[in-house]
Amino acid sequence: MKELLFVAIIVMVFVVIFQIAKASEYVSVLKGEEKTRKQNNKINGFLFIVFLIVGLFGAWYCNHLYYGKTLFPQGAASVEGEKIDLMLYITITVTGVVFVITQVLLFWFAYKYQESDGKKAFYFPHNTKLELLWTTVPAIFLTVLVVFGLKYWFKMTGDAPKDAVLVEITGHQFAWDMRYPGADGKLGKKNYKLYNNPSGNTLGVDFEDPESWDDLHTTEMHLPLGKPVKLVINAMDVIHDVGLSHFRMKMDAVPGIPTTLWFTPKYTTEEMKKRTGNPNFVYEISCDQMCGKGHFSMRGVIVVETEEEYNKWLASQKPEYYTLFPDKDPSKKQAVATDTAATSKPMAQLTTNP
Amino acid sequence: MSTAALHETAQHEVHGDAHHEHHHQETFITKYIFSQDHKTIAKQFLVTGIIWAFIGGLFSVIFRLQLADPNATYPFLEDFLGHWAKGGKLQPEFYYALVTMHGTILVFFVLTAGLSGTFANFLIPLQIGARDMASPMLNMLSYWFFFLASVIMMSSLFVQTGPASGGWTIYPPLSALGEASSGSKIGMDLWLVSMAMFIVSSLLGGLNYITTILNMRTKGMSMTRMPLTIWALFFTAVLGVLSFPVLLSGAILLLFDRNLGTSFYLSDIVVAGKIMPNEGGSAILFQHLFWFLGHPEVYIILLPAMGMSSEILSVNSRKPIFGYMAMIGSLFAITILAFLVWAHHMFVTGLNPFLGSVFVLLTLLIAVPSAIKVFNWLTTLWKGNIRFTPAMMFAIGFVSLFISGGLTGIFLGNSALDIHLHDTYFVIAHFHIVMGVASFFGMYAGVYHWYPKMFGRYLNNTLSYIHFWITIVGAYMIFWPMHYEGLAGMPRRYYDFSNWESFKNFGGLNQFISIIALLVFAAQLLFVINFFYSIWKGRKVTTLNPWNANTLEWTTPIRPGHGNWPGDIPEVHRWPYDYAKDGKDFIPQDVPVGDDESKH
Repeated sequence: MKELLFVAIIVMVFVVIFQIAKASEYVSVLKGEEKTRKQNNKINGFLFIVFLIVGLFGAWYCNHLYYGKTLFPQGAASVEGEKIDLMLYITITVTGVVFVITQVLLFWFAYKYQESDGKKAFYFPHNTKLELLWTTVPAIFLTVLVVFGLKYWFKMTGDAPKDAVLVEITGHQFAWDMRYPGADGKLGKKNYKLYNNPSGNTLGVDFEDPESWDDLHTTEMHLPLGKPVKLVINAMDVIHDVGLSHFRMKMDAVPGIPTTLWFTPKYTTEEMKKRTGNPNFVYEISCDQMCGKGHFSMRGVIVVETEEEYNKWLASQKPEYYTLFPDKDPSKKQAVATDTAATSKPMAQLTTNP
Repeated sequence: MSTAALHETAQHEVHGDAHHEHHHQETFITKYIFSQDHKTIAKQFLVTGIIWAFIGGLFSVIFRLQLADPNATYPFLEDFLGHWAKGGKLQPEFYYALVTMHGTILVFFVLTAGLSGTFANFLIPLQIGARDMASPMLNMLSYWFFFLASVIMMSSLFVQTGPASGGWTIYPPLSALGEASSGSKIGMDLWLVSMAMFIVSSLLGGLNYITTILNMRTKGMSMTRMPLTIWALFFTAVLGVLSFPVLLSGAILLLFDRNLGTSFYLSDIVVAGKIMPNEGGSAILFQHLFWFLGHPEVYIILLPAMGMSSEILSVNSRKPIFGYMAMIGSLFAITILAFLVWAHHMFVTGLNPFLGSVFVLLTLLIAVPSAIKVFNWLTTLWKGNIRFTPAMMFAIGFVSLFISGGLTGIFLGNSALDIHLHDTYFVIAHFHIVMGVASFFGMYAGVYHWYPKMFGRYLNNTLSYIHFWITIVGAYMIFWPMHYEGLAGMPRRYYDFSNWESFKNFGGLNQFISIIALLVFAAQLLFVINFFYSIWKGRKVTTLNPWNANTLEWTTPIRPGHGNWPGDIPEVHRWPYDYAKDGKDFIPQDVPVGDDESKH
């Protein structure tokens, strides 16, 4: 019933507007079409200037409302991201000036040069000097932007520093998995054909490879503050994308083609809570490439912490090898041998056993 | 009369030897359905385009309901959509299907076929002085392939697993594997087959447009005396003919991967717990093939709007278009560059950074011809005597939107900034303004300007002005704030943001945008009502040249028959922009140059 009423009202509105429009056509015939046309011209010319003024005010008001909600007031959370913010400000300034000038000219001209009796348009088909002017000036500005842009682009897409912390991140429908290389600093080989072999091997790690034995498999990413981090990015099924908007970083995860990105976290999660004034703040990994029905829920969490806290966290994790092959777990063997209640020991102690 | 004979007369007509009448019998079917008259085919494209635009627009309104308030339920949706909207709430699969179909429909079926199909067909013969297209038969087939593509695409909406839902860019492996998404089952095959038909249609049309423009211009109509509409439509056709086949090949390979077990795009995949046997393919290869069309495609959509706006701005400013040769030059530059920038859609795919830098340079180079066009349009208005016909309003709106959307392209084309903005709402705002809404404005300008020629009647002015003002104000209110969502990193194609600490602050804004979107959609219905009502009931056109324009289409009878000119085709003596010259308001192209006339 409510819907019916709603539809009825909408139909009514349409009918009313339509009737007004019809009536105005009859009125214009009565008043003389030329006269109505001139009147319409005046009204629309005036509306254009109103649109310009209200529009520019609206753009300011929109900025006033929403700038605070963008990520820029809080600053980039990575050292490299600062460059992106700087570039953004430069680009906004340049394009902002051009935007205001051209929009003002457009609507001002429309208003100023609207038809009036006895006025003649000015025959002005071309002017080489003017045309050269507005070919070269944009070209110069763009060159500056390109030079800045490419400088940062090459820096950011270049090789990660040698001492970078290595983390592998793998996307699959619809979650992220991380792998840390363990004490040897090397990740074990992977082969997608080993998926679920043994059962639970969701990343297809090749456990024949000894380098995989100390690798950690986690669902949360922890990163140390102030050290460069290199992410190696994989996907199991379809294309995903590691979107790290706080760090101003982004890279696709493509099945079969590993990609990388690197950055240096600048603030811990705790610091960001203070900076943003939001006690629930977390760094989030968003999937930024359409990947299926759960795309919108493919959320990962990054915890940036001091190096000390980070090492503590690392130590508390148990290598995946021992989870999948419990009989190989040295701590378990020891537990069996000594016949004590070793399993009740904290995980941290277990994994730090030699 | 046979088409061959039609050509014969078209070629000899200008020499004034053959006075010519059309005696062939036309039945309802040959006149309105399987018509070979370019004007009828244009109207067929236009009406089909309007129907598609209604559907595509409606889809966006439905998915905006979900974004407005992800927790709300709309029980009436369940009545229409059944299990796709269980309990009155859109299911994610269906949300993504709507998003995908909205993109596909608007980009291809409305702004490619509906725009080029309508105006290339309608204007090319009329403005260059030809009786019809080079091949009226192929032209007819072009429409009917489009119709076939439409039927197939439409049918995909009704299959049980739903239509394609991987985004209009249909990146594999998502689009290649039925296990990955229900929309990648039969719906995706239908999508690909439909697009193949669509590409055939587009190629038949494009070849015809190019051939007609190059070979069938009337006497005196040299290339540099063509209206800018024709130049724009010419470059559009060139872009389409050279780039659509690449998408066709990409689509066929994808069909093979889907159905024949090949591995062009697939490698190392475990999907839904199943280890796929495919090896050696590259998912990125598809993106190269797709964007090799995909980027020219945005210019296929934009150039006709640019051309028509140039023409309309000049006519209604009562001034020549400023820098005619520069306008052609910039169209040409855009056409060339359009082929060399596709990988700027792929900056974050792991592309070689050096290759990326080349694409940055070429992409930002496009801003130069674009700037030339904008400043030339502004100078065309300067010191004019402007009449705000509804067409003129939309042409001015087009320039405003082109500036706004074009400038944000400078952000996205610069790869380092694109890292942050890629696949966020910033991109949505950018391309909707510059390619979606701006092209729609160009299309509306064209419809309002040439409606009297199409139907011999006027549209209702009051409705047209209401339509304009709601649309331009609404379009800015919808898309301007989206830039801020993008700057906040809000990703595209999210069904629900409420679980995200970083993105959930925009709930109120999303609701606002949805309400405006609904209003703007309603305003488009006003246009549709105006359009169809006026075909039969509009005020009749009583003068040959209602806008006092110079181009040849206004020398035809008010309702031209098949063949366009009852007598000889007029001979052309001048360029189409002699407005305000030597104190004369306008001098049509078929007026011989007087002895005392000044040179421009």
